[in-house]
Amino acid sequence: MTNDLAFAGQRQGLMLMAFRVGAQEFCIDIMTVRELRGWTPATAIPHAPAFVSGVINLRGAVLPIVDLARRLGLAESAPSARHVVIVAQIGSQTIGLLVDAVSDILTVDETLIQATPDVAVSEQIRMFVEGLLPVEGRMISLLNLDRVLPSNIPEAA
Amino acid sequence: MDPMAAIRETFFVECEEQLGELERGLVALENGTAEADTINAVFRAVHSIKGGGGIFALEDLVRFAHVFETSLDGLRSGTIEVDSAATAIMLRAADVLADLVRAARDGSGHDHGRVASASAELAALTGAATAQAPAPVDDLDDIVFERVQLDTTPTPAPATPAPLPEARRTWVIRFTPRAEMYAHANEPGLILRELARLGTIDVRLDADALPALDALDPEGAYFSWTIHIETECDRAQIRQAFEWVEDHCALDIDEATDPSAPPATDTDEGLRALLARISQEAAEAPAAAPPAGAPIPAPPALPSASASPVAVTDKRAEQATTIRVDLQRIDRLANLVGELVINEAMLTQHLTAAGLARAAGLANTMESLSQLTREIQHSVMAIRAQPVRSVFQRMPRLVREVAAMTGKTVRLICEGEETEIDKTVIERLSDPLTHMIRNAIDHGLETAQTRIEHGKPAEGTVRLSAIHRSGKIVIEVSDDGAGLDRARIRAKAVEKGLIAADAPLTDDETDNLIFMPGFSTAATLSDISGRGVGLDVVKQSIHSLGGRISIASQPGRGSTFTLSLPLTLAVLDGMVVSVAGHVLVVPLGPIVETLRPAPGQTHRLGAQSRVMALRGGYIPIVDTGVLLGFRGQDETPEQVVALLVEGENGDRIILEVDELQGQRQIVIKSLEANYGAVDGISAATVMGDGRVALIVDVDALIAASRAEIPAAGRSPTPRHEPETLLTR
Amino acid sequence: MTTKTILTVDDSRTMRDMLRISLEHAGFVVLQAEDGVHGLEVLAGAVPDVVITDINMPRMDGFGFIEAMRRDQAHRSTPILVLTTESDTDKKARARQAGATGWIVKPFDPVKLVHAVRRVSA
Repeated sequence: MTNDLAFAGQRQGLMLMAFRVGAQEFCIDIMTVRELRGWTPATAIPHAPAFVSGVINLRGAVLPIVDLARRLGLAESAPSARHVVIVAQIGSQTIGLLVDAVSDILTVDETLIQATPDVAVSEQIRMFVEGLLPVEGRMISLLNLDRVLPSNIPEAA
Repeated sequence: MDPMAAIRETFFVECEEQLGELERGLVALENGTAEADTINAVFRAVHSIKGGGGIFALEDLVRFAHVFETSLDGLRSGTIEVDSAATAIMLRAADVLADLVRAARDGSGHDHGRVASASAELAALTGAATAQAPAPVDDLDDIVFERVQLDTTPTPAPATPAPLPEARRTWVIRFTPRAEMYAHANEPGLILRELARLGTIDVRLDADALPALDALDPEGAYFSWTIHIETECDRAQIRQAFEWVEDHCALDIDEATDPSAPPATDTDEGLRALLARISQEAAEAPAAAPPAGAPIPAPPALPSASASPVAVTDKRAEQATTIRVDLQRIDRLANLVGELVINEAMLTQHLTAAGLARAAGLANTMESLSQLTREIQHSVMAIRAQPVRSVFQRMPRLVREVAAMTGKTVRLICEGEETEIDKTVIERLSDPLTHMIRNAIDHGLETAQTRIEHGKPAEGTVRLSAIHRSGKIVIEVSDDGAGLDRARIRAKAVEKGLIAADAPLTDDETDNLIFMPGFSTAATLSDISGRGVGLDVVKQSIHSLGGRISIASQPGRGSTFTLSLPLTLAVLDGMVVSVAGHVLVVPLGPIVETLRPAPGQTHRLGAQSRVMALRGGYIPIVDTGVLLGFRGQDETPEQVVALLVEGENGDRIILEVDELQGQRQIVIKSLEANYGAVDGISAATVMGDGRVALIVDVDALIAASRAEIPAAGRSPTPRHEPETLLTR
Repeated sequence: MTTKTILTVDDSRTMRDMLRISLEHAGFVVLQAEDGVHGLEVLAGAVPDVVITDINMPRMDGFGFIEAMRRDQAHRSTPILVLTTESDTDKKARARQAGATGWIVKPFDPVKLVHAVRRVSA
C-alpha cells in the first residue's frame, strides 16, 4: 500500500496494532489504521455476506463493518458496547473491523515474521494470515487486510 | 499532484473557456451582433490557447492555432473582411481547434485531413489578404518545441550559454549607454554582471563626460565602459548580454589585438572591488545583492518597498467577484453541513426525549438553529451551482454539424444560459441534450424544400432554453418542424407490441411512446440521431438524475422536449419508511400515491405472487422486506402500507412497507465508496439519530420483482463471496 | 538578501500558474494581475522589484500597461519584462518603445524565466 511505501524509509522495523478476536490475537500494519471507535449498532445491508455487520455513520461517511470473528471463521459473539471498531484504510476504501479488544502496539523486525506452517487450517485463515509473530510467548497472526474484503482483487490483475 | 500536471489541468479547463469565448465571438461576428472588443477577444482566445499549448509542446495544436491566429490578426487589422464566408471558415477552424485541444487533453488522435483542410482554408483567407497588402507571415519553423519541465529540486542554476570548446579569446567591448537605457530600467551593473558569467572580465569606467554637479541631469547618461573579456564565447554570445539595450547604447565589440595585456592599470580601485563582487555574485546568482556604492547613475529613488503584498490581496478581494475553489473542498463543506443537519436533528430528538423540547428559551433557540442550518445548507448547495452555459455553448457546433450532415438550414436560439444548476447535473446533461438536439434537427425539422412548400421559412429553428421553476430547473428543446406523426407512432408501437391495438391513448400519451424502450421513430434510421440509441436511453439518463422528461407536439408546428431536473443531486426528498425493523428511504419522485389496502383488495396469483385491484386494473405487489431479504415470504405483517410507485419505464408496482415515518429531505451519501453497489439500494443517508438508512432504488426493485422469485423466496442468508462487494 | 517581489500580468490562467510556480520555486514573492488595468491596481499598493507582462490582454494590453507604468513616478524605473513569441519582432519593438526593459520568449521554461528576472534585478 502507498502508506507502506511512503513511510518505509523512516520506519525502524514494522509497526503493528495487535487485537483480540475471540481467544486469538491478530495484528495489522498500523499505517492502515485511521482511528478506533466503540461499537454502535449498524444498519443491515440487503444481501450482504454474514461477516458484514452492516454500515455505520462515521462523521458523514458510510462505513461498512466487517465482523472479523465471522470473517475468519471463528466462534461468533454478539457485538456489544465493549467491542472495538478499528477504522482502517484499504486502498481507496475505509472500513471498520469489529474486534474484541485492541491489545498492543508492536514494533517488530520484519525478519521475525514467520511463514504460516502448512497445517490443516481453514481456508479463511490461509487467506488472511500472512505470517506468524512470536511476541513474549504469545503468537500473533499478521493479517493481510487486502483480502478481508473479497472484492479487492488487485487492479493490476 | 506534480505542479506541471496541475498547470496542464488548468490549461485544458482554460482552453474550454476560451473555446467557448471564441465560438461566442465568431457567432456574434456572423450575426452582426459583435461589439468593439469582440475581434480582440476572439484573437486573444486563440492566442492564449497557442501560448499554453507551447508550454506543453502540443505541436499540432500550436501550429494550427498559429495559422488561425494569423487569419484572426488579418480580421483584426482589417486586411480580411468580416463576411459570412470568412466567419464560416473561422467557425470551422474553431471546431477543429476544439478537436485538437481535446485530442491533446485525452491523448487521442485527431483527423489530420480536417486539420489540413481547415489550415488551407485559413491560409487561403490570409493569403488573399496578404497578396494585396503583404504582411510578414511568421515562419512556423520559428516555433521551437521543447517540453517544459518544472524542476522540483531547489533553485535551478541560471542557464549559462554552453561555452564552445574553443580557445579563449579576449574581446574589447566599448559600451556607452544612452539615457533611454536607464529610462527602460536597464542597469549597466547588471549587464556587466551578465557579461561576467561569460568569462573573466576587466572593466574600465570612463566618467570624463560627467558634467559639473549643477549641470547634471539626474536622468542623463554620462558614463561609458570599456570591458576586456577573456572568454570562449563568440561575438554573438557576447552581444546576447546586450540584447535588451542594443538600440539604447553605443556598442562596439572587437577582438583584442593584444590579448595578453588587458589595460588594467588605471582601473578605479572601488570599481575593481565592485567587479570582484559582481563576478562572485554571478557565480552565486540566487543570492545576488545590489552592488552598493556603484558609480552608476542612480535611478530616481524608489518609494519604500515596505508596502505589503497582503494589502494588495485584500484590495483585490474587495474587487473580486469570483474565486476558483477546488470542487473537493466544496464537497467536504457540503458533507460537513450534512453532518450539521444531522446533529441538529439529533439534538432535537434528544431534547424531545428528555422532555425539554418545549422548555422556555430552548424551543426558540432550536428553531433559529434549524433555520440557520437550513440556510447554510442552501448556501453550500448554491456554491456548487453553475450556469448551464458550459453545456449550452457546446450546442452551436453540434447544430452546425448535424445541419451540414442533413443538408438542412438551422438556426439555434439559446435562452437562459445563466440559469444555475448543480455542477454534477451539468456534467451529465451534455449527452441527453446532444441527443435531443440531434433528434430535433434530424427528425423534427423538415427539409428546406418541404418547409417552403408548407409556407414556412426555409431556415428551421431549434430553441434551447433553461429556466428555474418551483425548485427545479426546466430545460426545453423545441423545434418548429413538422411535429410528431402520431398515426405512425401508434402504428409502430402496436407493431412492436408496446401497446394494444385498441389502447385508448391521448395525444400526449401517444407522443410519449417514443420514450419506450425499443421504439425508434424515423422510417429510415439515419446515423445522426440513431447511433443505435433510442430516446429511452435519454429518458433513463434523465431519470438517473432524478429528473423527468416529456414531449409535447403540435402537428405542423413542431415539438418540444421538456426536461425537469432537481437543482442538486446531493439532497433528495424522500419518504422514510420502516420494513421489518429496518429504516429505509423511498425517493418521493417515483411515489404516485400511498394507500392502506382494504381487506379483499389484494389477491394471490399463483404460489408466490400477489396483485392489488386498483381502479379497474391489477398491480403487482412486492413486499419490500422480502425482496431485500429482511424477512421470509410468509412473514408479511397483517397491516401494511402500500406505496404505488412508477419506474422510469412507466411500469407501476405496489411496494409494501410496514409503516410510514414521514417525508424528509435527506443528504445522499455514497454506499459504494467504501462498500460497493447493492441490489435494490441506490445510496445511503444518515438519519436524525445518527444511524445510516438506506435509500431504495425503485427501478431496481421493479426489475427484481419481474425476475422469477425462487420458491423459498429471497434468502436472507448471505451468498458466499457475493459480487455485491465488488467495487467500481 | 531581501526577497524580491515580482508582479506578473497575464490574462491566461495557465500562464499565471506557470509563472507563479516557477517564480515562487526560485524564492520570489509573486503578485499576479489578470490584465493591464488590474496590474495598475496592484501597483497602486505594491512596489514589485520586477514586472512581467503579457501583451495581448483584455481591458488594457501590455503596451498600455507599460506606458502607464513608465509615466508613474513610483514605477518608472522598475524593470519590465515582456512575454512574447520569438517571431513577434514587431511586438518586441513596440514593447521596447513603450518602455519595456527586456523580453522573455514563449514558450519559456522556469530556468529561462528566472534567469531573465535575475538579469534585471539587482
